Amino acid sequence: MSAHRPTLAVWKFASCDGCQLTLLDCEDELLALADVVQIAHFPEATSARVEGPWDLSLVEGSVTTPEDAERIREIRRASRHLVTIGACATSGGIQALRNFADVQAFTRLVYARPDWIQTLATSDPIAAHVPVDFELRGCPIDKGQLLEVINAFLYGRRPQIPASSVCEECKRAGHVCVMVAHGTPCLGPVTQAGCGALCPGCHRGCYGCFGPKETPNAPALSAQLSQLGMDPGQLLRIYRTFNANANPFREESLRHDDADH
Amino acid sequence: MTTRTIEVNALARVEGEGALYVRTEGERVAEVKLRIYEPPRFFEGFLVGRDFREVPDITARICGICPVAYQMGASQALEQVCGVSLDPALENLRRLIYCGEWIESHGLHVFMLHLPDFLGYPDGITMARDYPELVRNGLRIKQIGNALMRLVGGREVHPVNLKVGGFYRAPTPAQVAALREDLAWGLEAAAEALEFLAGLEFPDFEMDYEFVSLVHPDEYPILHGRIGSSSGLDAPVEDYDRIFTETHVIHSNALHSHLSDSGRPAFMGPMARFALNRERLTPRAAALADKAGLGAVCRNPFKSILVRMVEIAFAFEEALRLVEAYQAPARPAVEMMPRAGTGYGATEAPRGICYHRYTLDEAGMIQDAKIVAPTSVNQPSIEADLHGFVQDNLDLPDDQLRHRCEQVIRNYDPCISCATHFLDLTVERA
Repeated sequence: MSAHRPTLAVWKFASCDGCQLTLLDCEDELLALADVVQIAHFPEATSARVEGPWDLSLVEGSVTTPEDAERIREIRRASRHLVTIGACATSGGIQALRNFADVQAFTRLVYARPDWIQTLATSDPIAAHVPVDFELRGCPIDKGQLLEVINAFLYGRRPQIPASSVCEECKRAGHVCVMVAHGTPCLGPVTQAGCGALCPGCHRGCYGCFGPKETPNAPALSAQLSQLGMDPGQLLRIYRTFNANANPFREESLRHDDADH
Repeated sequence: MTTRTIEVNALARVEGEGALYVRTEGERVAEVKLRIYEPPRFFEGFLVGRDFREVPDITARICGICPVAYQMGASQALEQVCGVSLDPALENLRRLIYCGEWIESHGLHVFMLHLPDFLGYPDGITMARDYPELVRNGLRIKQIGNALMRLVGGREVHPVNLKVGGFYRAPTPAQVAALREDLAWGLEAAAEALEFLAGLEFPDFEMDYEFVSLVHPDEYPILHGRIGSSSGLDAPVEDYDRIFTETHVIHSNALHSHLSDSGRPAFMGPMARFALNRERLTPRAAALADKAGLGAVCRNPFKSILVRMVEIAFAFEEALRLVEAYQAPARPAVEMMPRAGTGYGATEAPRGICYHRYTLDEAGMIQDAKIVAPTSVNQPSIEADLHGFVQDNLDLPDDQLRHRCEQVIRNYDPCISCATHFLDLTVERA
């Protein structure tokens, strides 16, 4: 790292604020982090701002308006590295459920005055609009993984974030498999690790908030879930949550989408 | 006549995206707009057609800062439809995690977002250079709130352990007891911080608010109560839609609310809870409020920082009581069978009443949903404060006035991300 403190910018698009809050939730590390990076743009935390270009931009949220589609291009142009944080930014988030609906009709139904509101037909991941240097998954992201990603970019190396499944960290944590032992439907086999297998630790099935793992076999899991008693409607909905628009989950939910529901 | 405009294009140190526009003509404030351009996410739209058991995980995603409020309000409403009430031990566990959310959310606002205004810093991190102990203690207070949420909820942002009917897994008494020491530290740290905050200089500004909060005969309200107000309103939560009228205004992606009867704006949040429930604060928190010079009612919105600090002390004291009395519940959740009908839920989120209404069919599928965030209700109050404050301070130069106006907005700890996602959905089915 050069003598100059690298600049960090944090940006918000359509989201719940939870992923940028994760940075403020690094209570033990926040002040130390502010010593090694210059926090140049982070409206949720500071009214000070330093003009770009920025060394590292963290982007939370999905693109849902024409203005935001333009804004992300400007941010990309002014950022040396751009990392997306969280399910909204990496897959479109829960608001990407609109991508499966008849959006024109939907918008007219929701608004008293739709002409006052500007919104795109789809909620898109950031990578659908600009090149992204790294995507950090999670709804919300994990604090430890966020610090690893920031560190990696500061030191010019690739972040060490496993793309394996929740099952692997569940085994390492020593949890009893909720699906095998209790017949509880669980998305662990197709979901990327990173949360620490929190749900099986609470005796519930994983609900996929870190999105699909690398090369998941969702159809095989769905066959198992249907043996456990899930009907096609339930199968469709279990893949349609916070990462509904991530490709393997999207395709799997569409396989269960028919005229019945 | 000279026209003057004060604009802030992107508000800082608030959750979500908003802007401010004030126009004066001569000696008169002509127009005030709190512009909320945060893009809407249509939650009420995509809840329709989901199974009722899926709701709390989805509504949590409305807000990363107060997810528990959205999980609890939804769960209460759905439990009401199904005709189920929770075991007292489970209610206590809910109150315990909610204390964690108050501590974490208020702690963030008091130390990192609001206090820098009073001490003249752009943020809490810069402030830490001159006030290291204050900021470190503030961060630790917030951290303990997060630890409480993690213990009961599995994680601090979007807890995984909460469900309709209770919890997936109850913590063990040993796990809960391990929090005791930190909570006791937190109560003392809160008392010390309040003493410091009470010595701040506050602008001389008061408004005649109509305070609205939950009111409960036996406790400072978090999870339960009737809707009460400073003008004597006393109604069940089921009357919420009658009490408030929502309107869509062009400059905000969040609906505005007014009291239907008087047409006045309502004020929700810590100052409203304090005004209507002060005598039911825990003993230490009540004594701290006295010591900080807070009378029976506080009408100066800049002093909301003191009331938030009193509520942090209250939440620590209440959490300590719950931790000391904790025994593992007989079962982690009550069995739920779906029923057709409509249910209502309201809890005190850190920023005020968070209201939920759901209609289910006999299979437990959501037919209709309505959720109202407190920040959405507070918008007209914020605009009224800005109007009054600018009118009183027209002699300030633009820069100072702009900064003060931002502070007037931050007084509310507005959660714009929350407020924006609530647009009433009317589905007309052929």
